[in-house]
Amino acid sequence: MIRFENVHKRYPTGREALNGVSFNLERGEFAFITGPSGAGKSTLLRLIALIERPTRGTVLVNNQNTARLPRRKIPGFRQRLGVVFQDHKLLYDRSVFDNVALPLVIAGASRREIEKRVRAALDQVGLLGREGHPPITLSTGEQQRVGIARAVAPRPDVLIADEPTGNLDPELSREIMELFTRFNEVGVTLLIATHDLELIERMPHRRLRLVAGQLAADTSVESR
Amino acid sequence: MRRYFDLHLQNLLGACGRLARQPFATLLTVLVIAIAMALPAGLRVLVNNAGALSAEWQSAADFTVYFKTDVPTDKARAVARQLEARDDVASIQFIDRGSALSEFRAHSGFGDALEALDGNPLPDAVVVRPASGVSGNVESLAAAIDALPETDLVQLDTQWVARLRAMLAVAGRIVDLATGLLALAVAVVVGNTIRLEINNRSTEIEVTKLVGGTDAFVRRPFLYLGFCYGLAGAVLAELLVLVTLALIGSPVHELAALYGSDFALAGLSLRETFALLGGGALLGWTGAGLATARHLRAIEPK
Repeated sequence: MIRFENVHKRYPTGREALNGVSFNLERGEFAFITGPSGAGKSTLLRLIALIERPTRGTVLVNNQNTARLPRRKIPGFRQRLGVVFQDHKLLYDRSVFDNVALPLVIAGASRREIEKRVRAALDQVGLLGREGHPPITLSTGEQQRVGIARAVAPRPDVLIADEPTGNLDPELSREIMELFTRFNEVGVTLLIATHDLELIERMPHRRLRLVAGQLAADTSVESR
Repeated sequence: MRRYFDLHLQNLLGACGRLARQPFATLLTVLVIAIAMALPAGLRVLVNNAGALSAEWQSAADFTVYFKTDVPTDKARAVARQLEARDDVASIQFIDRGSALSEFRAHSGFGDALEALDGNPLPDAVVVRPASGVSGNVESLAAAIDALPETDLVQLDTQWVARLRAMLAVAGRIVDLATGLLALAVAVVVGNTIRLEINNRSTEIEVTKLVGGTDAFVRRPFLYLGFCYGLAGAVLAELLVLVTLALIGSPVHELAALYGSDFALAGLSLRETFALLGGGALLGWTGAGLATARHLRAIEPK
């Protein structure tokens, strides 16, 4: 589903964010990217979402070489990908409903379809009944769940998340992780960047450990 | 297809709502656009009216032929009748020296002075209205009449009409240029307003792009915003022109009445009104299009 082949990413400042990273994530897999901050976790996810392109190497998503994707095809590519951001990236001048509906509106879904899917997504994150609220009236954890609802509303095959529990207390963090586990159970491929090792300790998932832009460890479930 | 129209309708309504939510800022921008559009529209109305007025002065082509004082009135009358028979003469009005004198006495206020004269110093005269009107070759007709042995003087007064025509043509050209420049100004004003709007909504643009919004999807609300600005400006410009016409209409009518004319100011024709409204909407759309083309690419997800 997601395949990195000897991927390098060097920023114009000269910083080498990724230095020869290779791994392969199968369809339906659930993996964490761990490592200290600045190790390249965010960069790796940004390469998947085509927010950036690799300097060298190949990134394949859904068997599609992202380097060969022309600019005008990026929107369609992103529509098939769910992305959860650490800072939620919600639109605060719109209701919760409108925030979750945005990717569906972009995809051109009918009004009934949008209504149905937004409610389903909000139900999954436990926010059904809050559709009309502006996001600013919600707590940070609830806002993050709105962000997750928006990512899963179009039912993407792949969900990537950058520090989705970064600002949350342990209790809320566990809830979010349980949420991701449920998505994985229905077949969604997940790749989640986190530095919270304590949180994922007891979760039986593969871990890709990045250190200074290199893959320091790839611990799959079997080897532990 | 219906969904496509739904989307556009939503964008249009959204743009209108956005303008209505900040009425003061919107009013200022729309007012600037309206003034920029009302100026050429008003000038156009002015030139059109002046043109209509000069066309109305068919009598301006009339000229007066004075007979030599030694030509008897009967002879003069006969010559006048010959003139009337000409193809290039529409009509004549013969004024014999007797009635000219009594009219002069009644209206000029020099009645007493005339009493002091021996006879009638005035010649017979005939007012000739050329068949061709102002635009025709009045000069050659006048020259032919002037060449007759019985006539003394042909007083031709069409020169100023030709000059007025020429001036109106120059004014029309200037209005065309002003229209072009002010149209550019409208597009720039809308473009700049949209540019600020893009800056204000950069988060929205970024997020929309992140969840897969196409450039067209991101651009559309701004295009409709420009469209609304342009159309609202054009409507206000139309109102400004109408109010101005209403304000100067009655004094102009009184002025015309003093000259014995029932001339009334004409407003914008239906075609010109549509041109104004359509032009405004199109300029707004274009200005917004230029601004978005220039700035949307700059806002990429970071």
